[in-house]
Amino acid sequence: MADAPSLTRGRAGPDVAAFFRRYAALAALIVLLAFNFAVTPHFVSLQTLNVNLTQVATIVIVSVGMTLVIATGGIDLSVGSLMAIAGALAPLIFLSPFGVAHPALGDLLAFVLPVAVVGLLGAFNGWFITRFQVQPIVGTLVMFIAGRGIGQVLTNGNLQVFHNPTFQFIGLGRVLGVPFQVIVMLVIVGLAAWTVRRTLFGRHILAVGGNERAARLAGVPVARVKRWVYAISGLCAGLAGLVVVSINSSSDANLVGLGMELDAIAAVAVGGTPFTGGQASVIGTLIGALLIQLLRYTLLANGVPDAAALVVKGVIIAGAVWSQQRGRTA
Amino acid sequence: MSLESAVPAGPARPGAIAWAAQQRVLIALAALIAFGALRYDHFLGAYNVLSVLRYNSMFALTSLGMAFVIMTAGIDLSVGTTAACASVVSALLSSYGLVPGLLGGLGVGVAVGAINGFMVTRMRILPFIATLAGMLMASGTGLLLAHNQSVSVSYDTAFIWLGQGDVLGFPVPAWIALAAYVYGSVVLNFTSFGRYVLAVGGGEDASRLMGLPVDRVVFWTYVQSGVFAGLAGVILAAQFGAGQPAEGVGWELFSIAAVVVGGTLLTGGVGSVATTLAGVLLLGLIFNVLNFENGLGWISLSAYWQSVVRGVFLMAVVMAGSGAARRALRTA
Repeated sequence: MADAPSLTRGRAGPDVAAFFRRYAALAALIVLLAFNFAVTPHFVSLQTLNVNLTQVATIVIVSVGMTLVIATGGIDLSVGSLMAIAGALAPLIFLSPFGVAHPALGDLLAFVLPVAVVGLLGAFNGWFITRFQVQPIVGTLVMFIAGRGIGQVLTNGNLQVFHNPTFQFIGLGRVLGVPFQVIVMLVIVGLAAWTVRRTLFGRHILAVGGNERAARLAGVPVARVKRWVYAISGLCAGLAGLVVVSINSSSDANLVGLGMELDAIAAVAVGGTPFTGGQASVIGTLIGALLIQLLRYTLLANGVPDAAALVVKGVIIAGAVWSQQRGRTA
Repeated sequence: MSLESAVPAGPARPGAIAWAAQQRVLIALAALIAFGALRYDHFLGAYNVLSVLRYNSMFALTSLGMAFVIMTAGIDLSVGTTAACASVVSALLSSYGLVPGLLGGLGVGVAVGAINGFMVTRMRILPFIATLAGMLMASGTGLLLAHNQSVSVSYDTAFIWLGQGDVLGFPVPAWIALAAYVYGSVVLNFTSFGRYVLAVGGGEDASRLMGLPVDRVVFWTYVQSGVFAGLAGVILAAQFGAGQPAEGVGWELFSIAAVVVGGTLLTGGVGSVATTLAGVLLLGLIFNVLNFENGLGWISLSAYWQSVVRGVFLMAVVMAGSGAARRALRTA
């Protein structure tokens, strides 16, 4: 039990099943990689690797938070809107008179404040859902609708263009040739995987998702766990928002994070975390996001139009979830 | 454990909660209309009323299909991109006349709805994921057919009448939406299909044991949702003179919000067609009132505030519903 992220009991070998589900997504990823090595021109290059990893980093960061939320049996539709708020706030801070007068402090605040604010909004989601016993899909729908509006109101709907190398290190910087946001992504994935497997909080998340009533009777602080999970999802979304505006050198609250909630949910689903809660596969989510990204890259690199790639993506999501469910019932 | 599963299955209580919520939404709509009528000169003027009806008829249609799906405890994320794809197909067919354009749009709806229904009932994929896949497929197909740009409709045929015409002084889209809601109301309240929809949402296993054709009922709610979304797409193309493959983003969540505001529970089993329409009009009129308020000149709120106001409004509705739920539980 200690090294497998599942608290499900009463079924024969759920951990083995979880391992095979993850293995299936991984196998698909390896097949796709092999196909690319054989077919796609110029695939084996550091540039290809960097392009794919930088594109997938924000989705993975958001999906990690989403994985934890889904593991409690919830869902977070607000992540895209929260990204827009964080992305709108950061330039407002370092472009403000204060930020210009104190560049170092301004840049620091531009990192910390937006992520903190968005984390608090995430905690608000959790509070709203637990305090009023609202279904997560409705509870976070409120922030989905209101959040993008808040981002637009903050910037009056205007595009904010900037050039700030210190701040943009999070999106454009490199450490030993590795894009910085890829490092951020790996750190977050590692932290979350460790949390789920090795910490009490991780056990609590799975307990709440597995059987909320039993968890409450066993003394798990259900409401607090949920508030934290949504707050973490908010923090991840905030970080992703900063990465996106840094890469673009501009912030457009109308567009930042648009549709991200569904991309993240798709990555979690393909990664094998069931939507009924009680199990969380953070590494699976990483593999799921990589699989979706590489699939799109493969299709585009081989001359398939982007619109057709969307259709294939839909088929892959349905197929992945279908095969996982067969694996679960078998 | 048996106690826990018995609580939500009790038929009277969720029904009572939903009924209270449905009364509140009608009162809120009446209050908002009265507020607007008293405060602004032209709020009830023909121009304003007709343009609100013309524009919101598309959301009314997608929300109606969504309401039926939600009553079976499902969800349909594909309505927005289905409408977008349908608008492209109907625009492409509009040069052959009104009927081919209309049938093309409806055909897209039937196809997407059938794929969704197949994934949910045969492949046993959760509705959220299944219709997310359907959403991507419809979006990609629309973009492919339109070559990533909007497709102009033909003005040589009667097609644009579907979006821009008037009958007895009211816009054709409003008549279409009205007919759809009359149909929905009759189906829900007076046909066995409607009763089955509520029964399946109330308890799928129990319905199956009673011998109801659960899979068939669920399948048809998705097809029906697709048809209404396709119809919305036809109106979209006819109203704005172009099939728009990139439209429809966020329509699904707006529709879910309208259904929730209308007092239909996402847990399924209870719902109402008439108050879904009230939910659509409430969310639509909030934007309208905001515009009028800006016109008075006392305040100047940008159009971006409408999302914030809508979100807060949805929150208030959910909180009020939660209060009613607690009261119902106390008295029980």
